[in-house]
Amino acid sequence: MKRRKVDLAQAPVTLAKGVDERYQVATPLRALLNKVFPDHWSFLLGEIALFSFIILLLTGTFLTLFFDPSMQEVTYHGPYAALRGVDMSAAYESSLRLSFEVRGGLFLRQMHHWAALLFVAAIVVHMARIFFTGAFRKPREANWAIGVLLFLLGFLAGFTGYSLPDDGLSGTGLRIASAIMLSIPVAGTWISASIFGGEFPGHLIIGRFYIAHVLLIPAALLALIAVHLGLVFKQKHTQWPGPMRTNTNVVGERMFPRYALKQGGFFMAVFGTVALMAGMFQINPIWLFGPYRASEVSSASQPDWYVMFMDGLVRLMPNWQIYIPIGNGYSIPPLFWPAVVGLGALTTVPMFYPWIEARRTKDKAIHNLLQRPRDNPERTGIGAMAFTFFLVATLSGGNDVIADKFHISLNAMTWAGRIGLLIGPPLAYFLAVRVCLGLQQHDREVLAHGVETGIIRRLPNGQFIEVHQPLGPVDDHGHPIPLEYGGWVVPKKMNRVGALAPAIKGFFFPVEKPAEAPVSPALPPVTAGEQREEITSGR
Amino acid sequence: MTTLHDETEAVDVSDPRLSRFEIVKEGARRDDIEIVTYESQFHGTDSKAEKRVVRNIALLFFIAGIAGIAFVVFYIAWPWQFELGNTLSDYYTPILGLSLGIALFCLGFGILAWAKKLLPHEVSIQKRHDGGSPTDEQKITGQTMLFVAEELGQGVQRRPLLKGAIGLGLAPLGVAAAAPLIGGLIQNPHRDNPPMMFSTGFNSAFNNGKQVRLTRSDGTPLRPEDVSTGGQLTVFPGIPGGATNEWADSPTLLIHLRPEDADVARKNADADPRNKGSMWGDYIAYSKICTHAGCPASLYEQQTNRLLCPCHQSQFNITDNAQPIFGPATRRLPMLPLTVDDEGFFVAARDYKDTVGPDFWERP
Ligand code: HEM
Ligand code: FES
Repeated sequence: MKRRKVDLAQAPVTLAKGVDERYQVATPLRALLNKVFPDHWSFLLGEIALFSFIILLLTGTFLTLFFDPSMQEVTYHGPYAALRGVDMSAAYESSLRLSFEVRGGLFLRQMHHWAALLFVAAIVVHMARIFFTGAFRKPREANWAIGVLLFLLGFLAGFTGYSLPDDGLSGTGLRIASAIMLSIPVAGTWISASIFGGEFPGHLIIGRFYIAHVLLIPAALLALIAVHLGLVFKQKHTQWPGPMRTNTNVVGERMFPRYALKQGGFFMAVFGTVALMAGMFQINPIWLFGPYRASEVSSASQPDWYVMFMDGLVRLMPNWQIYIPIGNGYSIPPLFWPAVVGLGALTTVPMFYPWIEARRTKDKAIHNLLQRPRDNPERTGIGAMAFTFFLVATLSGGNDVIADKFHISLNAMTWAGRIGLLIGPPLAYFLAVRVCLGLQQHDREVLAHGVETGIIRRLPNGQFIEVHQPLGPVDDHGHPIPLEYGGWVVPKKMNRVGALAPAIKGFFFPVEKPAEAPVSPALPPVTAGEQREEITSGR
Repeated sequence: MTTLHDETEAVDVSDPRLSRFEIVKEGARRDDIEIVTYESQFHGTDSKAEKRVVRNIALLFFIAGIAGIAFVVFYIAWPWQFELGNTLSDYYTPILGLSLGIALFCLGFGILAWAKKLLPHEVSIQKRHDGGSPTDEQKITGQTMLFVAEELGQGVQRRPLLKGAIGLGLAPLGVAAAAPLIGGLIQNPHRDNPPMMFSTGFNSAFNNGKQVRLTRSDGTPLRPEDVSTGGQLTVFPGIPGGATNEWADSPTLLIHLRPEDADVARKNADADPRNKGSMWGDYIAYSKICTHAGCPASLYEQQTNRLLCPCHQSQFNITDNAQPIFGPATRRLPMLPLTVDDEGFFVAARDYKDTVGPDFWERP
């Protein structure tokens, strides 16, 4: 009798063949498995944003199963005694129920909130990385603009989410949002009435924000993230200059197995961080704030950190009102400038930065090699300026807390913020440019004379000199032949050129192995970025 | 610049002598990749160092598993229902976070260590293909698109009737598609009578033409003696639901000034045509809704007679018509004209004269 042999080892092969017959995936799949990714710790920042977004989707979906986006007045009868018998909206009641009566509900609520904070934070730091290294230059301008949009959407997602529980803080935020809409000239009252469905607060806003928060904004985010990553994939990642690295290649690891596995591990670590924070650190304890009442607010009621800069700008704005004495008279309240014009400008102008910079420098070349911040002092200065502005504005968003904690007069804090907002950024620009030039100078010195060894030699004539270790070949007199700058780290310590073992020892290597980075005479010379002329001119 | 793999030869993958890695390398070559190094991080097989790494990774995975089990056990068995006081249930969320966090951390670091330490170290170089497509491709596609545009565009140009029909026939359809999406949202802010933008719950129109009482949040009316000298109280219109968010513009701060302050306040109020005669005795009432962005301006400083709004720190001078003296607010807080009805309860003599709440374009 002939038994049909089932060869288990052959099963996957047969399956794969069957799939390929139908979909012709062999070649594209291989290209995907093989795709080379460069590695550097700073390339992980975007990943943190992506992973927190995934966590937001997971935890948020859980929350929707219990949350009730209704402004119906109900009376609380739940286990939290301090609020029993209090009238509140069904939205607030269901948020309390999520916190107290759903097993693990508070944990997931806090996970959602921490992931949201991490999401926006990762976006901001990731943007800073892109900016300061010039990764937005041609051909990646569009992806920078998409990134700025992602920040704006993240901001809106956070604000709408913060408003949903309808507690004292979220209502206060909504009230200010309504005032911001009202401040828009001509159409303000129409916009506010249309969005709130009548006078503030009405009965619709939570439901509307809810659908924006769980459907419209996440869908837009998802679509933009897909395009963002698709472009990174298509255009290939930028890389730092270094041995073997040129503008026309990518040096790194193939996506599989090592790179993908590292990403997976990193995702779990981010997930773990969010879980730990959600468990250990309380966030947005809505039961302490009580339901929203138009007549109540506590001092030191702070929005989430990424909204604080707006709040700060609004606080610092002087009370300049524009009156237009026609007919009954019209006015543009000061709130309009920071909240509508300011937020609008702060999110749209940066979008065009890649084109602005390219125009200014008349740069039409394709750039796949990153620049060290020191090598483009002007851009670094602009970035420092932007961050100082953001920092002063954000700190001013909590100026009442600072004033209270440090016993400073509140008015003094406001004035300090106003002055700081004007002189801080230029000062930061100046300092950043000076620091960049200084660092450049030092790099050039080491390249010309070698690394300081710390060894002092006494010459026969009694003179003391410090011995320098040349980084490259020497001429007939033993003087180092000056090396060209390669746009990457110049080793400045003896252990960086292999004279001593790397300082960090142990289970994990440092993220970037020190031996890899420096220019070693054994490897082919670094191919410099095409901007070298500009770099070395020390602009 | 030339890279090595330009010179490397394609190999015949059907050659049975090829190792699997050689086939992988051929695949890489076809993807413009040169695998420069791919080498184990350990010297020899079964080195001591390798064993140590494997032990560490295994340990991390074990801890991850144990913490994961612990998470499930805590999730099920730990008392989780909220109870007042210091109970075990207070630690439910922290213990969940701790166990899940440890599990995920150990899993993550185990995987990272596996990838970083056990898998061979690799340097590969892949060529980029920047710049545009080949010029002939660009040309063909460009011409194809122009061809399409021409077919449609010239077709329209040659046929003016079609042009008109598209303009007049299809444009309205676009508007028609947008109208139901947007139109339903639009609300006229000036539609109500009395207009909602300009009136509060103290408007007698909401109380059958009778003057509206000042009430506490529970709806009980107030007599002058209910507010002690130097004291203040948040009051609401005495109409149904007057203390709810339905009347979000109505919350009012009733202040019983000390006599000397009241004199100053009265002098200032009487010097102002809109606030003249609005005080009642030493009592003064201002809208609590900040004229800046609508937060309740609720921090009353007795010593300085200032009212501070906690949202953006606008400060208002209580004894001078609540003029803003610091911060971003530009407009004073509206004053509610006070009087007392036959039964001795506070009532609003009439609605606010100034518009309450944050400023807007058409506020007179
Ligand atoms: C993509 C970015 C997102 C951000 C930045 C974000 C942010 C937030 C924030 C800050 C809150 C307030 C949380 C609290 O109660 O303390 C919140 C609440 C909420 N979010 Fe999200 N979220 C995002 C995505 C999502 C998604 C995708 C969903 C569902 C599919 C979702 C569902 C919810 C629900 C139902 C609430 C109300 C829960 C409650 O108040 O207890 N969120 N969100
Ligand atoms: S709302 Fe009162 S100061 Fe802004």
